[in-house]
Parts: sequence; C-alpha cells; structure tokens
Amino acid sequence: MRSDGKRRRASVGLALASGAVLLFLHGPIGIILLYAFTTDDSSYTFPPPGLTTRWFGVAWQRADLWQALELSVRVAGMATLVALALGTLAAAAVWRSRFFGRDAVSFLLVLPIALPGIVTGIALRSAIGLAEIPFSFWTIVIGHATFCVVVVYNNALTRFRRTGSSLLEASMDLGANSFQTFRYVLLPNLASALLAGGMLAFALSFDEVIVTTFTAGQQETLPLWIFSQLTRPRDRPVTNVVAVFVIAVTFVPIFLAHRLTRSKGDTGSSA
Amino acid sequence: MLAQFSTYLYRRPRLALALLLGPPLLWLGVAYLGALAALLVQSFFSLDHFTGQVVHRLTLATYGDLFTRANLDIVLRTAGMAAAVTLAAAVLAFPLAYYMTFRATPRARGWLYLAIVLPLWSSYLVRVYAWKLLLSKEGILSWLAAHTGTGGLLEHWLALPLVGGPSLSISTTGIFLAFLYVWLPYMILPIQAALERVPRSLLEASGDLGAPPRATFLHVTLPLVFPGVVAGSIFTFSLTLGDFIVPSVLGNSSYFIGQAVLAHQGTSGNIPLAAAFTVVPMTIMGLYLLLARKTGAFDAL
Repeated sequence: MRSDGKRRRASVGLALASGAVLLFLHGPIGIILLYAFTTDDSSYTFPPPGLTTRWFGVAWQRADLWQALELSVRVAGMATLVALALGTLAAAAVWRSRFFGRDAVSFLLVLPIALPGIVTGIALRSAIGLAEIPFSFWTIVIGHATFCVVVVYNNALTRFRRTGSSLLEASMDLGANSFQTFRYVLLPNLASALLAGGMLAFALSFDEVIVTTFTAGQQETLPLWIFSQLTRPRDRPVTNVVAVFVIAVTFVPIFLAHRLTRSKGDTGSSA
Repeated sequence: MLAQFSTYLYRRPRLALALLLGPPLLWLGVAYLGALAALLVQSFFSLDHFTGQVVHRLTLATYGDLFTRANLDIVLRTAGMAAAVTLAAAVLAFPLAYYMTFRATPRARGWLYLAIVLPLWSSYLVRVYAWKLLLSKEGILSWLAAHTGTGGLLEHWLALPLVGGPSLSISTTGIFLAFLYVWLPYMILPIQAALERVPRSLLEASGDLGAPPRATFLHVTLPLVFPGVVAGSIFTFSLTLGDFIVPSVLGNSSYFIGQAVLAHQGTSGNIPLAAAFTVVPMTIMGLYLLLARKTGAFDAL
C-alpha cells in the first residue's frame, strides 16, 4: 500500500505541475483582457487604478485602425483563396499519384514555415526588389500565400487519405467523369477539411508580422500597427483594446477549425 | 466537351499530374525557391562603403564581415537564447504532455488539446504584448515580487550580467520568458504525440519485471519519447533563431540575428550582409535537422 500512496503523491505533483504550465500558457491572455478595461492611460500599472469601458469607444473612432483592419482582412482573404487553390491541387497530386520527387514536394511546401520568418521575408523582398515590382497589396499577399499553402495542404491531404479511392472508383464506374466525381463525391468529402484549413490559413495570415515587415511597402496591416505600438507605445489604451479584439477574432476560427476536424477524429493542427 | 477532356486526362495521367502540380510548383518552386536562390547569391556580393551601392561581383568579403567580433556576438547570443529556450520548453512541456496522455480522461484530453492549440494559433504579437504588460516596472510581476518580499531578489537577479538588464521589461530574462511563452505549445504537441505512441504493454512489462515507476520512466518512457522532444526542439530552436519581434520589444541595443538582418537590409541598405546573416540560421538549422534525423525525430512530427 505504501507504493500506492507514493504514486498518488506523484500524481498530485504531476497535476500541480501541469496546472502551473496551463496557467503559464493562459494567464497572460487573461492579463490582456484585464488591461483593456484599465483607466490608466500612460503606464501599465497593476492592479489597475480603476476600470472603464471607454477605450473601446475610443478605439472604434480610430480611422487608422479601421484602415489597417480592412487591409489585414483583404490580405488574409486573398491569401487564403490562393492557399486553398494551390494547397488542394498539391494535396490531390501527392495523394493520387506516385512520382519522382514526391517527398520533395511536401518538403518544398513546408519550407516557408520551417525556415525562420526573416529568411522567407528577406528572400521575397530581395526578389521583389530585383524584379522591380512596386510594393503593394499584392506583394503582401504573395508572402502570406507562400506560407499558408502548407496548412491547407496538410488538412486536405489527411482528408484525401481517409477518403480512400474506392468511393472515387465507384463514382467513375457509375459513369461520372473526373469533374463530376470531383464536384459530387470528392468536394463534399473534402469540404470541412478545406474549411478548417482555410480558417487556419486566415488566422495565420491575419496575424503575420515578420514576413509582412519585408513585403509591405508603406501599407500597414493590423499586426504592423500593433508592432509599431509595441516598440514605440503612443496609444496604450487603444493598443490594449486592439489586443483583445485580435485575440477574440483569432480564437473563433481556431475553435471552429478544431471542432470541424476533431469531431471526425483527426487533428486540426498541422504546423 | 468536359467529359471528353476528362477522358483525355484519364488516359494521360502524366498530363493530369502536371496540371495538378503545376500551379503550386510554379508558385513555390519558382517564386519561392527562386527568391531564396537570389538571396543566397546576394550574400556573395558586397557593399561599396564609399558609394553605398551593392557591387555585383562575386566575393567572400561579406562573409568576412560576418566573422567580426560584434557579429559573432550576435550569432552566439541568438544561438544561446535558442538553446536555453528549447531546454526550458522541454522541461515545462513534459509534465503537461505526460498528464494529458496518462492521467487525463479522454474528454479532458480533448479540452487540454484545445487549450494548447489555442495559444499556438492565436495572435503571436498579442501574446508578446502580454509580456510587455506583465514585465513592466509597474506591472504584475514587480507587484507580486514587492508583495511577497522578493523584490530584493529580483533586483539582484537583474543586476547580474548576461541575464539582467535595467528592468524586467528590458532584460535578457524578459526576452527568455517571452520566447518560452510563445513557443512552448510547439514543444508540448510533439512530446504529447510521442507519449501517445509509447506502447502501454512496455510500461506494464517494465513494472511486472520489478522496475519502480521512476526506473520505468527513465529507462523506458524517456528514451521512447526522446524523438518527440527533438521534433519539438526543431520548432523552438528555429523560431527563436529567426525572431526579431521579441528582442526588439523587450531587449536593449544588443541585437539578435533577426534584428541585425532587419537593420542591415533596412536602414544601412547592406543587403549582402543581411543575406549573409540569414545564411547563419539556415546553416545552423540544416546541421540541426541532420542531427535530428538520426534520432528519428521526423517520424515524430
């Protein structure tokens, strides 16, 4: 019985350690929530001297924020569309045929997120510079789509592999051509994986700052706006509100993507 | 029409494959790899310090500049930080991953999984910002230290060379904490996946053969999970090497590699040196991946 007691104590220690790590992972996010309501506008005093909701109103009025938000949403939307197209194509190719260099394709797709962000960023920047393309909305999209493809690819490939080929063969045997098979058999099977991959790609792009630093000329996405506030704080209360907003906006798609893929037994993460 | 085209493609699987693979390969293979190659070439150009123009002639001079004392310090500082963050992340990740795998009910495991994935995918920038709030002089950590009587201890710690700084929010310790915080989920997930794959029968066998839980853990579980730890370390190490956000938000004027790259390509316009700097993390990661492959870490990803 002695060893039982020991084991129980070990379990309690383990549970406490796990709890501490969870607190470490989530406590700081709670702090952000708290600071969005502080009345203090010139420092980060804890505990907050008072609570107010007025900064939400102040942030709402800021035109520069709306512009940054609009740019971020447009960039993330476009990058997600490109990633959906390219990622699905690549996944289909890798899934249905064996060919020379198949592993290299997977490797190539992972490369933009496996390499440090500055490498991807500066490589794209110097290429854009060499090609004398002016910096614009599209240069940001090119950067984002490059590292978003792999997210869609992973989600789509997992689903393809689980779908199996018998359904497709049945469809073809029954006289459907490849396009009909894609439209009526493959796509419905693939839809939730694509939705999940698309949402993760959107979240990834919406939040990206390192590559964007290199590929955005004068334009400011929301993360770039936040980053400028981090190094030179000018509007602390507004930044706090924006931080809460960004957390809320990214939590929703991640949570949904998790539900979509998890409920059928595979993981939503693919990083 | 469409049906004919479909049949045509069906008879020519190579063509169908090319059509599928073409667009993604064009994008990544040509645009992205091309950009990487262009970057590599630029690192062999040099900057004419008189005119401030890039000289388009192949030379190793820029790499020579890389090996000056100041630049080596930057590389060492960054690599040291990456190693420290990786070690600490492995230590913190283990108990949670272990609890998740062996103690939690399936339902709780699902929630824990979500609790780890949420921070992983949620805004990196905002999570760094949280540490600016936590670490600031009037912030919660200083407040806690003052109220638990450890304020003096904190002062002493900050006065130490290497780890200290003028305040927590401008210190190496602060950078370390923020890095640890943002990359920790990348370590937990592969370790958890590796633990999941440890055959339960092996653990039972070890117990049946008389090994106390400690011995089972050290001699059975740990070696089996090690590839997972290495897989996680690939992320924590690589992400720390290439980051310039955390050190520029919480650091002082001692640069990390990412900041050096940004400064050289931006303000001083020395693209060749910036390019040469990016070769450093790529080389380190290349070697690291070769070593990691030997441990079987890629199967654990």
